[in-house]
Amino acid sequence: MSSLRTVTLATLVKDIRLEWRSKDALNSMLFFSLLVVVIFVFSFDPLAEESRHIVGGLVWIAFLFAAVVALNQTWARELRNQVLDAYRVSPAPANALFLAKSIGNFIFVSVLEALMAPLFVIFYNLHVLGPAWQLIPIALLGTWALVVNGTFFAAMSLRTRNREIMLPLLLFPISIPAVIGMVAGTTAILTGEESAHFYIVLLLTYDVVFTTASLGLFETVLHAE
Amino acid sequence: MKRLFPILSVLTAAFLAYALYRALVIAPTDALQGDVYRIIYYHVPSAWTAFLLFLINFVGSIIYLIRRSQKADILALVSAEVGVVFCTIVLVTGPIWARPVWGIWWAPGDIRLTSTLVLWLIYVSYLVLRRFSTSAQTQMLAAALAVFGALDVPLVYFSIWFFRTQHPQPVIGGGGSMDPRMLHTLLINWLAFLCFAFLICWSRYRLEVLHREIDEAHAMESLSGDRDSNKASMPLTRSGK
Repeated sequence: MSSLRTVTLATLVKDIRLEWRSKDALNSMLFFSLLVVVIFVFSFDPLAEESRHIVGGLVWIAFLFAAVVALNQTWARELRNQVLDAYRVSPAPANALFLAKSIGNFIFVSVLEALMAPLFVIFYNLHVLGPAWQLIPIALLGTWALVVNGTFFAAMSLRTRNREIMLPLLLFPISIPAVIGMVAGTTAILTGEESAHFYIVLLLTYDVVFTTASLGLFETVLHAE
Repeated sequence: MKRLFPILSVLTAAFLAYALYRALVIAPTDALQGDVYRIIYYHVPSAWTAFLLFLINFVGSIIYLIRRSQKADILALVSAEVGVVFCTIVLVTGPIWARPVWGIWWAPGDIRLTSTLVLWLIYVSYLVLRRFSTSAQTQMLAAALAVFGALDVPLVYFSIWFFRTQHPQPVIGGGGSMDPRMLHTLLINWLAFLCFAFLICWSRYRLEVLHREIDEAHAMESLSGDRDSNKASMPLTRSGK
């Protein structure tokens, strides 16, 4: 257990330090989602009332695509200099690597969301009618849902041709229940028309199920030969 | 075994023809929908067959993960391929049926339509993974994805179920009991579809086994270092793929 924590922490710190120095993932995600927001602003010119109904979808589409940009880079840097192969032969627990990568991506995508959310509020004149604090659990659980599966599938698509295209093809179908939860939950809170409790429970269930499945299968996928 | 295949093919064709006859002639016309409803004899058996095949895919994948058995992997591959075909039939016949009966092609809130669509998406992504993956690890990755897909199904179902209760949607034909002749015809059609699916799966299974034997033979040949025969056999590999 202690080695799991040590290795997780070490890998996480390493990834964050690399990201802090290069800011590759964060910059590309930010610019990408900014572009998506701008395109949406040109495409729709809604009234405040309408925008509450559509922003839930727009926000999560922007974050979903931006997250894929970051997830695609997750493992790419471990391929250089055969780091991943070295990791395979080392006695370090495979799940530590997976957890570190997932937590790292979670932090990056959360930072992105924190930076982008105000932009959506400004562009769409948002005024939340429901209990706004519930947006936080939805954002956290939703982000984890995207990131945990995304990290797993990114590791899977490493072994394929066209890996950058493979990731969204694998991730999006499986993520549909989570996306429904995020979008419908956000809309429910923004409009204040219904309770978002079910969606929070749905996201929580989704997170628990797929975190368990990923941890159970990651070692198999990492060592697949 | 080889002789059995044509016999089974003829039997299945006859069975399918009989099922079609029952569906179009013997089954009574629906009181509300008229003759349009007869598409049910294609729509519903295809759906059941597809779900059964996806279940077989899940079981095959689990067995592969535990035992690393090649047969289980081929079973999973074959059932996913044929399952996607039947699922496509469901998704095509569904809107064709919905248009005259509900007045719309597609009901976004309908639980069966939407969850079937998501199921189809998941298994198409499974097949895409198998196609794009580099040979050695494909089976393991595909088995892992199949497990994820199967875990996703109940979540899809419940999320859409709740989504539906929250949003207005068209009224979809209420209960009412089914004429026993209709039910019999439906079951006969399902049985015929199952025979058909089994037949396709079987021949696809044999094809896949042959493919793998050929690949293995080529690998052994190139290992043994016989350059000339290796070159001569190259085109065979390509046309076989």
